[in-house]
Amino acid sequence: MSTKKMAIIATKGTLDWAYPPFILASTAAALGWEVQIFFTFYGLQLLRKDLSDVKISPLANPAMPMPVDMPVFVQALPGMEAMATMMMKKKMADKGVATLKELRDTCIECDVKMIACQMTVDLFDFDKKDFIDETEYAGAATFLGFAGDTDVCLYI
Amino acid sequence: MNFDKEFDASGLSCPLPIVKTKKALNDMTSGQILRVIATDPGSCADMKAFAEQTGNDLVETGEQGKAFVFFLKKK
Repeated sequence: MSTKKMAIIATKGTLDWAYPPFILASTAAALGWEVQIFFTFYGLQLLRKDLSDVKISPLANPAMPMPVDMPVFVQALPGMEAMATMMMKKKMADKGVATLKELRDTCIECDVKMIACQMTVDLFDFDKKDFIDETEYAGAATFLGFAGDTDVCLYI
Repeated sequence: MNFDKEFDASGLSCPLPIVKTKKALNDMTSGQILRVIATDPGSCADMKAFAEQTGNDLVETGEQGKAFVFFLKKK
């Protein structure tokens, strides 16, 4: 049986959207798959050494379960994002959900390749020093070179 | 059932029981038995899928109170 492969494009940088790429990548790696994640646009935030700034917003997210009904204008008040993030993180900890850092470390341990989109790094003037050392930098052709030969290819 | 090593994944949610089971298997030798305890109900289906895809044999599953117990034989 040849090694299965998975390629993921991670384009979102919020707490909720950060989980699917890292969950799937770490699980696939545990199954012995070869995995690459290509981080582009807001997904680049997930490569930062410090993940404490990754947040979730109740705004424009009507499907997010809230403890009490909250009108949109209240969700837009200052501090609401920080509060929602704090509540979500607490809920995750209570339920034994791994932290982002834990999942990302697991991915790195299992040799999941983390590729940052060079173009968006330049576009946002991000400093490579802020990203984890395992980050590699490349463009679309590199991603497609790997993705073209995969069993699972996801855009998240 | 006898086992060579035990890993307690109680309280952990997907994908940690599977990812950490893989880690626990790493330093074992072929034919050894790993006993895994998990409380995540999703781990029942996932442990089976993990065994099928990695070639490690899920030799026995059971329940112990509110927890699920798996015996994996390393490939």
